[in-house]
Amino acid sequence: MEMPTPKPEIIARKAELIKRLHEVMPKDAVISDPSETRVYECDALTAYKCAPLLAVLPSSTKEVSDALRICHEMGVPVVPRGSGTSLAGGALPTADSVILGVARLSDVLETDYDNRFIKVQTGRTNLSVTGAVEENGFFYAPDPSSQLACAIAGNIAMNSGGAHCLKYGVTTNNLMGVTMVLMDGTVTEIGGTFLDAEGLDLLGLICGSEGQLGVVTEATLRILHKPEGARPVLIGFDSNEVAGACVSDIIKAGVLPVAIEFMDRPCIEATEDFAKAGYPMCEALLIVEVEGSDAEIDEQLALIEEIARRHNPVELRQSRSAEESAKIWLGRKSAFGAMGQINDYMCLDGTIPVSELPHVLRRIGEMSREFGLDVANVFHAGDGNMHPLILFDANKPGDLELCEDLGAEILKLCVEVGGCLTGEHGVGIEKRDLMTHQYAPADLEAQMAVKDVFDAKWLLNPAKVFPLLSSDSHRDAAA
Amino acid sequence: MLTPKTEDDLARIVAETEAPLRIQGGGTRPIGMPTNGTVLSTSALSGIELYDPGSLTLVARAGTPVAEIEAALDAEGQRLAFEPMDHRGLLGTTGTPTIGGVAAANVSGPRRIQSGAARDFMLGVRFVDGRGQIIKNGGRVMKNVTGYDLVKLMAGSYGTLGVLTEISLKVLPKPRATGVMLIEGLSDDRAVTALSRALGSPFEVSGAAHLQKGQDGAPVTMIRLEGFESSVAYRAGELGKSLADFGEFTLETDPEKTAAGWAHIRDVVPFQGRDGDVWRLSVKPSDAPGVVARLSGAEAFYDWGGGLIWLLAPEGSGVNARSIRAAVAKVGGHATLIRGTPSQGAFQPLSPAVAALQDGLRRKFDPRQILNPGLMTEGQAA
Ligand SMILES: Cc1cc2nc3c(=O)[nH]c(=O)nc-3n(C[C@H](O)[C@H](O)[C@H](O)COP(=O)(O)OP(=O)(O)OC[C@H]3O[C@@H](n4cnc5c(N)ncnc54)[C@H](O)[C@@H]3O)c2cc1C
Ligand SMILES: Cc1cc2nc3c(=O)[nH]c(=O)nc-3n(C[C@H](O)[C@H](O)[C@H](O)COP(=O)(O)OP(=O)(O)OC[C@H]3O[C@@H](n4cnc5c(N)ncnc54)[C@H](O)[C@@H]3O)c2cc1C
Repeated sequence: MEMPTPKPEIIARKAELIKRLHEVMPKDAVISDPSETRVYECDALTAYKCAPLLAVLPSSTKEVSDALRICHEMGVPVVPRGSGTSLAGGALPTADSVILGVARLSDVLETDYDNRFIKVQTGRTNLSVTGAVEENGFFYAPDPSSQLACAIAGNIAMNSGGAHCLKYGVTTNNLMGVTMVLMDGTVTEIGGTFLDAEGLDLLGLICGSEGQLGVVTEATLRILHKPEGARPVLIGFDSNEVAGACVSDIIKAGVLPVAIEFMDRPCIEATEDFAKAGYPMCEALLIVEVEGSDAEIDEQLALIEEIARRHNPVELRQSRSAEESAKIWLGRKSAFGAMGQINDYMCLDGTIPVSELPHVLRRIGEMSREFGLDVANVFHAGDGNMHPLILFDANKPGDLELCEDLGAEILKLCVEVGGCLTGEHGVGIEKRDLMTHQYAPADLEAQMAVKDVFDAKWLLNPAKVFPLLSSDSHRDAAA
Repeated sequence: MLTPKTEDDLARIVAETEAPLRIQGGGTRPIGMPTNGTVLSTSALSGIELYDPGSLTLVARAGTPVAEIEAALDAEGQRLAFEPMDHRGLLGTTGTPTIGGVAAANVSGPRRIQSGAARDFMLGVRFVDGRGQIIKNGGRVMKNVTGYDLVKLMAGSYGTLGVLTEISLKVLPKPRATGVMLIEGLSDDRAVTALSRALGSPFEVSGAAHLQKGQDGAPVTMIRLEGFESSVAYRAGELGKSLADFGEFTLETDPEKTAAGWAHIRDVVPFQGRDGDVWRLSVKPSDAPGVVARLSGAEAFYDWGGGLIWLLAPEGSGVNARSIRAAVAKVGGHATLIRGTPSQGAFQPLSPAVAALQDGLRRKFDPRQILNPGLMTEGQAA
């Protein structure tokens, strides 16, 4: 993975940079010792590593603003960081960059149940946002599987989703306002405790901009009351195609489950070995969950079962207790961990139109055989967001490269059938060079023009999202 | 009037024009049109290109009439969940509302409070920017974080960044039944408190409105529930219990009556055919009654659990842009003039930092400032 060459003239000014940062924040907020900066050398895409020049851990919007202003004046690139769980290398530093971590900004600023929002500092983890409102029966809906660790900052930057977004939407649909600091230190307030911010939809633009437009320090998030109950049904099929067709039929029938999760045979086998969730051994299984009161759940599940029966399921198991529900989810939730036990894997994240599921699953099977690498599928089927896991052996020379090539082919297939490269993990560095498969040069120019407006010098997370060749002229013009 | 028949034609027109262009969808909203410039109509860029009910997606050219889209969805038991308003009654205009106009103005109705705004259902766009370049963003899938979200940026940009040529939408199944819980006689304050409690319940309220004057002149508060018939009945019962301290609610389930009731709110029927400026205010719900009280002389009703205030300010009422903006500024929010003299500034003024970003974006997307010049510019004047 190519990254821009670190600038020696920036590295040479490290001492001066530290001195200036010390003037605006406590000494312990500036981390410069190489043994400590190494903590920030990568995110969850661990194949790529590089320690930053420095890391700063501000405790207020003011400190963020001061730090950015100083870096802006000195021409130092800044890589914002939440919890470092990005799977796309979004938080990967370069040797001449400053990591700006928001981990110390983790307070709840305001909770308002009447108006159904919570205002937090963005270093707060996703799960602890729900944790702050849970005792009153509320929750924050977007629930990435990494929710125990990932921060709201990263969720906003990546527009993260979760298993329940079929019903509740992803981050952008649940974000009402932000405080964001621009690279030159300007503090902006966008949106707030009311709906649909005035002017152009800058909030929508910021969400998913991968830390390239500004550093978000505070966020106003929509909270909802928890449903009365939820219950899953597990449905097994003897082919991927039939399972895919069943998903489409459920959606067409007018029930809107909160989640429709899909696992194929390789994945079922691995999780069974690992988690012993009691899954049937079949080609494909769906976990469909609905919410409401008991009677409402019964009614919805009856309809779903009726649809499923038309597809001759080999197994149809409705949960009858909280215990059984937990068991049905256990396998799904431990799927990634299970795969990790038996292999190194790379997790893809392309989205396709739901109606293309059978075709795409068949093609992935064919490609897997051509490349000689196993692929397991476990994903959010309701919205077409696939997570093919390509299994490889990191110790075998050439296997990672082979795996990356297969990954690229699968993502190109997603684009070909009308989908996209990434549904929730983001582009980062990982899919940067594939962007030209989805977007024409003018499309990419229009996006880069946005960055020109927010960060004219291209100092914020500059080497991400856009192929280096495309962004060269912008980064050079700014220098 | 220029009426390009293809996206390429449109791109050529924009690239070659020397005069400003006034982008028009159906021509249903003639207030405050920039006065100079040639009208560029998208009416010939019409038609549904793809409708895949099993994927909940529909792709249409920008000039497609909203009615055509709604009819196609209806045939499959689906709908546009964001419930776009029809402005014709309020503005006294004719014409055919287009999906491009809906997208460009981010038009969302009562269900916005539960399902989201038009922008939340826009999956992808194609547009021609001010230099005549054809640009696409997003796609036709429900989850997509590939690159920046220019789809949201285009939603609500009123044709100032580009002319939309195609829009992909997420659609949703129509519920089988609708119920509306009604109660009369609540004050604004009490009504918003009741609506907040309903919206903060697990019972999935999809509409929450309060009229100071209902059909028989008394205040009426409305709560909408949608879903399976038995579920609607169950939730109405539970909500009735939790709201018992406000009095007894009646439940209306007649499909025609419930539809008409919400169209009344959505299309601002209470202010149709009446004199005065019409404003749309977005504030925190619990602040709404206070804002309305401060603007005495104007007539108001509330949607979105109170968060959306529709205001009728008759001439001589003393309620005007200045007093409205002052009342909103006090609590946070924004106000837009929907009908009336735009010289008083139809759009909410922006903070200098945000105005600078908006201005910068317009200069990038439309360097010659030829697309709807003069629209949405209050920010820079402030
Ligand atoms: C096991 C596992 C499961 C996962 N499951 C899911 C899932 O189900 N759904 C999903 O969507 N994702 C998932 N992810 C991916 C990841 O957790 C998300 O992308 C998450 O939002 C990243 O948050 P973070 O705080 O760790 O961000 P980081 O990794 O620290 O950063 C991510 C990006 O955000 C930017 N950023 C960070 N802070 C700021 C800020 N204050 N202002 C501006 N930009 C900032 C960074 O520069 C970077 O580009 C998973 C990851 C793992 C490891
Ligand atoms: C809330 C609101 C506030 C308004 N405030 C002002 C104001 O301050 N100043 C003012 O001059 N006018 C204002 N207007 C009026 C409106 O923008 C114009 O009346 C419009 O240009 C008339 O076109 P139309 O009836 O075809 O609108 P519609 O077709 O309903 O379109 C609405 C808006 O979308 C744009 N549009 C339509 N189709 C496309 C497309 N395919 N691509 C890109 N853009 C498209 C139009 O230019 C217009 O701005 C306002 C309208 C509304 C709803």
